[in-house]
Amino acid sequence: MDVLMLSRLQFAAATMFHYLFVPLTLGLSILVAIMETKYVRTGDKVYLRMTKFWGKMFLINFALGVVTGITLEFQFGTNWSRYSAYVGDIFGSILAIEATAAFFLESTLLGVWIFGWKKLSAKAHATVMWLVAGASSLSAVWILIANSWMQHPVGYVIRNGRAELTDFFAVVTNEFAILMILHTLAGAYVLSAFFVMGVSAYHLLKKTDDDFFTKSFRMALVMGVIFTIFVAVEGDIHGKDVTQKQPAKLAAMESLWETQTHAPVYMFAWPDEENERNVIEIMPIPGLLSLLGHGSFDAEVQGLKDFPKDERPPVLIVSMAFKGMVGLGTLFIFLTLFGLWKRDKLQEYPLYLKIMMFAIPLPYIANELGWVLTEVGRQPWIVYGVMKTSDAVSPILQSQGAISLTAFILIYGLLGAVGFYLIYTAAKKGPEETEA
Amino acid sequence: MVLQNIWFFLWGLLWAIFFMTDGFVFGMGTMYPFLGKTEEEKRIMINSVGPLWDGNEVWLITAGGVTFAAFPAVYATMFSTLYTPLMLILFALILRGVSFEFRSKVDSPKWKRVWDTTIFIGNFAPALLFGVAFANIFQGIPFDENGIFQGTLITLLNPYGLIGGVVFLLMFIVHGSLWLAIKTEGDLQARAIQTGKRLWPVMAGAIVVCLIASAVFTDLYDNYLANPVLFLILVLAVAGLLGIKVFMGKEAWFKAWGCSCLSIVGVTFFGVAGLFPRLYPSSINADLSLTAHNASSSPLTLKIMLVVVVIFIPIVLAYQTWAYKLFSGKVTEEDLSHEEAY
Repeated sequence: MDVLMLSRLQFAAATMFHYLFVPLTLGLSILVAIMETKYVRTGDKVYLRMTKFWGKMFLINFALGVVTGITLEFQFGTNWSRYSAYVGDIFGSILAIEATAAFFLESTLLGVWIFGWKKLSAKAHATVMWLVAGASSLSAVWILIANSWMQHPVGYVIRNGRAELTDFFAVVTNEFAILMILHTLAGAYVLSAFFVMGVSAYHLLKKTDDDFFTKSFRMALVMGVIFTIFVAVEGDIHGKDVTQKQPAKLAAMESLWETQTHAPVYMFAWPDEENERNVIEIMPIPGLLSLLGHGSFDAEVQGLKDFPKDERPPVLIVSMAFKGMVGLGTLFIFLTLFGLWKRDKLQEYPLYLKIMMFAIPLPYIANELGWVLTEVGRQPWIVYGVMKTSDAVSPILQSQGAISLTAFILIYGLLGAVGFYLIYTAAKKGPEETEA
Repeated sequence: MVLQNIWFFLWGLLWAIFFMTDGFVFGMGTMYPFLGKTEEEKRIMINSVGPLWDGNEVWLITAGGVTFAAFPAVYATMFSTLYTPLMLILFALILRGVSFEFRSKVDSPKWKRVWDTTIFIGNFAPALLFGVAFANIFQGIPFDENGIFQGTLITLLNPYGLIGGVVFLLMFIVHGSLWLAIKTEGDLQARAIQTGKRLWPVMAGAIVVCLIASAVFTDLYDNYLANPVLFLILVLAVAGLLGIKVFMGKEAWFKAWGCSCLSIVGVTFFGVAGLFPRLYPSSINADLSLTAHNASSSPLTLKIMLVVVVIFIPIVLAYQTWAYKLFSGKVTEEDLSHEEAY
């Protein structure tokens, strides 16, 4: 394998591993903040126990998210130095703003939250959690602004042999960024809701502590219902924007080869990239892609053949990731709506609870697939239309790339196993019968 | 030009703050297997930095981030040419972070022993490697016109690089011992104080060797000779060093720690001021050196980032100071009894 492939694999591994922890941090911090606020407002001890129980899992998860996040910042320099030098004027400044304006607050105040139970008033302590939650989401916002600039670069000019910033306001108000932020945060909240519902379902089946877990389940259910629907509606708008701004990605998502009006959506299609066609096409819904992409059945949608072969993303991966994500998203809507319908008698539906328990991994898969689609779908570009991934890689040695990739796989594999074990044990054990 | 020079100063300042804040954590972790004799002492050591280490580490993220933002070419060349040492630092920092969080989560001696080891490695390795890396930067890095590193990890382990590593390590250990003197009591505190007192002359000696070696291996003093006023930085660093000694004698641990902060910032700036305007000199050809003037971002980006930094860094300093105050005082048994404690 060459340095380019090694670096791509390493970035993919590091990012996907990091993203196993980010969504839960984003959503669970909000749920824990709500729980603690309820405790402060009502004085009901059950909310304090909820704060501590879910907070414990939040902290283990957070630690893994933080340590794996440093890798990403380092990697732009270590493995993608030509990219860093070319776009640092814009991309680097957004990352620096993220650290200064959001990540500092998140990290400093989390320490205060963990160790500050006896040092702060109950109200101040709950406020700290809200600030942690807010800073986490704000941090995600800046990272997504940076990523969106790679997807749809704006506010820049090519000058002095690199991309230079001309309009900061355009970069931070990039429509692509706004849509991506909404989609990503909503996806993270769905994952967090399913995590809390799934763990609660386990304990409701075990009848560990019905009051505690009914309250937890229903709190997460509200988040789940809102954001499973939101993410789908927003995803539709996001898709229309992608159709405009990244037509090759859209064509790959739907494995559409020919440019056509009344473009169909296939329920399933297996692309054959060699021969520029689909080997399998099941249940085409005529005109749906035209409708979804442009809002009208007879609109023309660009097919993959419109793009030179070396400017097409890998169709199979992108289309499967997209179909998987949408399929799972649809399932999530049904699952949360059923929960909403039966919210007052959840215990009478053990099968539903069991499904919810086993559904915990599904939003993780959906979130990862979303990123696979976003990042692989942008290929062969690292900055869409501006710089190719192959021109971005560092001039490092193949052995360096191979050794570090191996080390990442080993260390992350171990950390992942330990993290999973700790969260699993904490979740299974259930809440403490707290003293204070 | 002015903007680039301001950014050069800020670049040095952010790295210096990182060494000053995370330095005592590195030092604590390096002494950890030697000073913590009992389980309780070990936990006191970890909890002495518990609420603060994560916020400290963000200074690294920020120092890296502003290097990326203000001097993209430096960020690119520095991180890719120092690939191997940076990966080692990265893995060490990853292990350190999870060790603090995970160690207390399972009540088993075997489990704790694993994380005890990683706490040591995770703090010792970055302390040493940052010193080696910065000394090599002060000396010049062998990279060519394509930004390709002409050497190996061994190239970096040259005499001056190793002196730099030892100086950083010793400074951080003394820094950490003073922190423990502030935060702990009894036997543990006595051992920390003893370590600090014994290592102070070694550290002072190493710094003197480093200052002399800088005249042999680097051209840092050129700037000092051209602008003798810069020698004030050295005066500050030396004042900090002597202050540590004086206040250790008076058992004024907080003041001694403050002087240690000053000496770390002073030593960092000794190198940074000598480097100016270079950020990343090439030892192959001086013309290839990346400077504040040939490697900076556009004036617009530098201006925007300056506004961001001028607004947010004081805010960060304010709430971090608040956090330090909130968790001031000795780590007590009661602190350890909290279920959230490390």
